[in-house]
Formats: sequence, structure tokens, C-alpha cells
Amino acid sequence: MRLPKWFVMLLVALLSLSLVAGGCGGQQAQDQKTGEGDKGNSIKIGLISPLTGDVKTFGESVQKGFELALEEANYQVGDIKIEKVIADDRADATEATNVATKLIDQDKVSAIVGSVTSNCTVPASAIAQSAGVVMISPTSTAANVTMDPDRKDFIFRACFIDPFQGTVGARFAFNDLQAKSAAILFDQGNPYTVGLSKAFKDEFTKLGGQIVAEEAYAKNDTDFNAVLTTIAQKKPDVLYLPDYYQKVSLIGKQARDKGITAAFLGGDGWDSTELDYATMDGGYFTAHYSGDDPRPEVKQWVEKYEKKYGSKPDSFATLAYDATKLLLKAIEDAKSTDPAKIKEAMQNIKDFPVVSGKVTFDEQGNPVKSAVILQVQKDKTYKYITTIEP
Amino acid sequence: MDYFLNQVINGLQLGLVYALIALGYTMVYGIVKLINFAHGDVFMVGAFVGYFGFAHWGLPLPVAILFSMLTCAILGVVIERLAYRPLRYAPRIMALISAIGVSFFLEYFCSLRFVFGPDYRVVERPIQTVTWHLGGVTVTNLQLIIMVTVAAMLIFLQYVVFRTRVGAAMRTVSYDHDAARLMGVDVDRTISITFALGSAMAALGGVLYAIAYPQIQPFMGIMPGLKAFTAAVLGGIGLIPGAVLGALIMGQVETMTAAYISSQLRDAIVFVILIVVLLVRPCGILGRTEPEKV
Repeated sequence: MRLPKWFVMLLVALLSLSLVAGGCGGQQAQDQKTGEGDKGNSIKIGLISPLTGDVKTFGESVQKGFELALEEANYQVGDIKIEKVIADDRADATEATNVATKLIDQDKVSAIVGSVTSNCTVPASAIAQSAGVVMISPTSTAANVTMDPDRKDFIFRACFIDPFQGTVGARFAFNDLQAKSAAILFDQGNPYTVGLSKAFKDEFTKLGGQIVAEEAYAKNDTDFNAVLTTIAQKKPDVLYLPDYYQKVSLIGKQARDKGITAAFLGGDGWDSTELDYATMDGGYFTAHYSGDDPRPEVKQWVEKYEKKYGSKPDSFATLAYDATKLLLKAIEDAKSTDPAKIKEAMQNIKDFPVVSGKVTFDEQGNPVKSAVILQVQKDKTYKYITTIEP
Repeated sequence: MDYFLNQVINGLQLGLVYALIALGYTMVYGIVKLINFAHGDVFMVGAFVGYFGFAHWGLPLPVAILFSMLTCAILGVVIERLAYRPLRYAPRIMALISAIGVSFFLEYFCSLRFVFGPDYRVVERPIQTVTWHLGGVTVTNLQLIIMVTVAAMLIFLQYVVFRTRVGAAMRTVSYDHDAARLMGVDVDRTISITFALGSAMAALGGVLYAIAYPQIQPFMGIMPGLKAFTAAVLGGIGLIPGAVLGALIMGQVETMTAAYISSQLRDAIVFVILIVVLLVRPCGILGRTEPEKV
């Protein structure tokens, strides 16, 4: 069976077209590069975030926060001009490695803001560390982002870490919700949810609570009926779901279908406009900041963000804004585009006020900050419950 | 005991959805000896089209399902025409590689912004879930709907294959392409019909899956596709009752592993079964070993 002639012709025409188009693109990119060389004192900052895929609202928020911070600085620190390069990792670890390599080798960035999810930041940070590029993750909470096992001294983050978040969740469940028993469901392939569930379990048992079920699933699982039937039978007071919004919504729905009435509790991965609010109504999660916080910095920030984007900032936008601010501050202090000097300046930042609190980095590159507990409301808002100090 | 029965029902629900996908695998394999790896992705397209039908275009559920089945039937025929027919007399490995290509193409094409987009979508259930408690056992209307649909499809397919002219043609073609052609059977047309039927079945499975597990995304077909393929092999690939039997076993194995052993082992055990079946009884549970034709 042969293909009809017109079909072959069409294919050839399309292919040659794409070849020409590709050639043009390359030409343009080159022009841009030579243009940049003339500017003299400039620095390139990369952003890695999941702009598509299963946690895309995280990435979109992060990009907004990042760009707002740069715009405010007018793309300039002292006499150093700033250029941004934006990359999408789809929350996929392999893709994160690819774009990190591209940003460093091809775009020659000196600093990177990102990535957002821990499973991406861990491999990307290894690349940044070995290339000597400063990296600050706005939201990656896994412990091994900055330590693996030694301190990766070019890597920082703007958020608290999983052991802390899980501990706070357990304390809240035990002390405030008066829960005596809890069930945990976690994604065995994601360090974020593994870390959270481990910290939660340790603290909850230490306080005297009981973990009645600890069930794992894989990233692509959609059927949770078997484990939820097990959990329903054990009637826990709390169901701890430390995953991202889309998975949590799916599990929550099936849990309610199975007649589980336990309170839902989770981590900052819930914070998204695409959370299934109707199902998760009344659930609690640990977050980095609350838009209802009365501090003036928070008020100012919320106003600024709403004016620009017409919606309230979530934790991801806020932390990205903070992370970018911290990076700009470090560049300012270093008065240099040299990553090694920026890294020094970053480590030496003391009590720098950002929206989500005052930041000082400990020797592991983690900021010392408090956490808040938010409650999901049916009307797509979060109610501020309490702040828990470290 | 109640707990066990509840788990059996959970396993049944999962197995029946696998069965709908496995039916398509097995029919296509039976007639052209091709493992259509794109089948899981046709299932995904079916889920998306169905979802758009009832959630965005406001079609009543049965109409949305029919529309989705029709779309996928056409898609199946087009895939066969463009990617498999030109390779029909090439070595079989070529068609297999082509199938993998089609699978990747569908996944990534559907993730494009102007097609379905790469995002997860929450499916609003078009029917209210009703839960019945019979003793300690809970059954939902959803599980009942899936059960009845699969049973109906199984009977319908058996009828088509063994009681109609098209079915007779299918059986003839599956036995020997060239002999069938000599006997005046339109081989190409018969194969197209098989693809249309199998793909429509996958679409139906997709819509039911999206309602049962209300979240869809362009890569959702990979795992159910693999599991259904395993089910088809387990039951005896090429046999319609085998596909259903294999799928039901798979559903139970997965659920029981999660319920009684460990939720971390469910996928591992399922695929160990695939390997064991291929080693011990390559023709599957219901299959019969036939001597190679000379």
C-alpha cells in the first residue's frame, strides 16, 4: 500500500516549512544574544516553575509573584540591569533537569528562582550547585533541597520545610482538633508527601495520638476505594492528605463517597484555585501566610497584587515575590553579578522583612518562619484559624 | 465479612472498567494480531469527548456517551487507515512500533493547548450518586450502571461475533486473511469495523471511568491501558470472554492487594502476574494452544 502522491507532497511541504521556521527562530535567538553582550553590567535571572501540567496553578502564581517583584525593582538593582528567562518544568523531575541545564548552559543565568515542587527542585538544585549558580526556591519544602547530605551552599529557599510543616499539622490535629486517631494517605513516589506524612506520624504518635492506617499510592493512581474502605472501617478522627490539590480533591471525593466523615487535614499543596472546594469544605491545611493577616506588609502586598492581576495572591505568589526580593537584596548587597558573591550576601541576610515574615537564613539555607493554619470554605476562600510558631 | 464483601465490590468496579478497555484490545488482536498500544489513548479521548459533551455542551448523558463512542469509532478507523493498514504486510514489529508512535502522538497532541490542554480537569458527575446499604455492604448506583453496561456489551459483542454476517467475516479474517479474501470477504472493511467497535467500547469505558474517578488528563490512558492489556493477556488474548474474565481477576487482585497486603504493592503484583502468565500459560486462562500452521 503506497501513500497517495498528494499526501507525500503535503508532508514534504510541511516539513520544509517547519525547517525554515526553525532556522528563523535560531537566527533570532542569536541576534538577541549578541545584543545582550553590549549592555555591560547585566545579570540574568531564570525562573523555573510548572506552568503546565498537574500543578499548573502553582506555576502561574509563582510567575506572577516573580514578575511583580522584578517590575517593582524596574528590572534593575543599583547599576545592574536584570533580564528574566522563564522556563516550564511541568512539575516533572526530568523536565526540571532539562530546563535547569538549558538556563545555565545556554542562557547563562547567574541566579535561578525555582523550582516550585520539591521533586523538581531537588534534581535542579544539584545542577545549580555543581555549576555554581545561586538558586532560591520559593516553595520547595522537602528537607533535601538545601542539604544532600552536605549543605549545598548555593541553594536557598523562602519557605519552611516539610518536617516543620508535618509537625505543625500533627500538633494542630492533636491540640486544636482534639483528634485521637489519624489515617494517612501519601504518594510513595513524591518526597514532598513522604516527608510530610513521616513528620506528621512522628509528632502525632509522640503527642499520644494513634495512627490507625498509613496507606501509599502511586502518582497515577485514581482508584482509592480499597484503601478508603479500610480507613472507613477504622473510623479515624482525622484523615491526613499531604498531596497537591488535584490528587487531594480526587481522594477527598472518594472518601466522602465511602462515608468517611473524618476532618481532612493537609499541607500547603492544597493552596490552589482549582481545589475542589465543595468536597474539601471544612478541611484544614498548613500554609505559609494568610491574606487576612493584619500586618501592614501583608495588606500592602494583597492590594498591590489585586490591582495588577485582579485576584488575591495565594501562598505561591507571595513566596515567589519574597524569594525574588531576597535574591534582589543579595545582589544589591553583593554589588556584583558574580554568583559566588551573591551567595555570600544571601547567607548573610539578617531579619529582612518580606511579606511572609522576617527572613534570616539558618546554616542550612532555610528561613526561620512561622506557619499558619487555614480552613477551606465552600465559597472558594480560606478562613484564617491560627498561627503556629516554630 | 462485610469488609471483604465491600472490597469485592470495589474490585468489581475497577475490573469492569478494565474489561471495557480490554474488550477493544482483544478484538483488535484477535483479528489482525496487532497489540494496539494506542487503545488506552483512545480511551482517554473518549473520556474527554464525553466530558465535554455532558459538562460543557449540555448534552444529556446518554447522548454524550453515544457522541463520544461515535467520535472514537471514527478515530479508531482513521488510526487503522493511516498507521496500521500501510504496514499490514510488513513485519509485525513495524505495526507494533507504529502503534506506540500513535499512542505518544495522541497523548502529546491532546496535551496541546488548543486540543484538550495539559491540565487535570475535575469532572462534575452528571448523575447524583446514590448509595445503598445492604447489611454492611455499600453499593452505589454508579457501580450498578457500570456493571449493567459491561454485561450488556459482553452479550452484544458475543452476538455480533457469532450471530451476524459481520461477525462471521471477522472470524474468517482472523483465521486467515488471504483465504478470507478468496472467499469474497472484504478484509479491509471487516478490520475497519473491528477497530470502530473496539474504539467505541474504549470510549464508553472512558466516560464511565471519568464518572467513577472524576478527574481526567491527557495521560490518563496509560495505566488503565496497560492494565487492560494485561487483563486481555491473562484471560487469553483474542477471546472476548477472556478479556472480561482477565479484567475481573485484575480488579480483584489489585483491590485485595491494597486491602490485605499493602497498597504499595498493588501495581507490582499485577505486573508480576503478567510475567507469570506469559511464562506458564502464554495463551491465557481461556486460551487454547494451537499448533503452528504450516
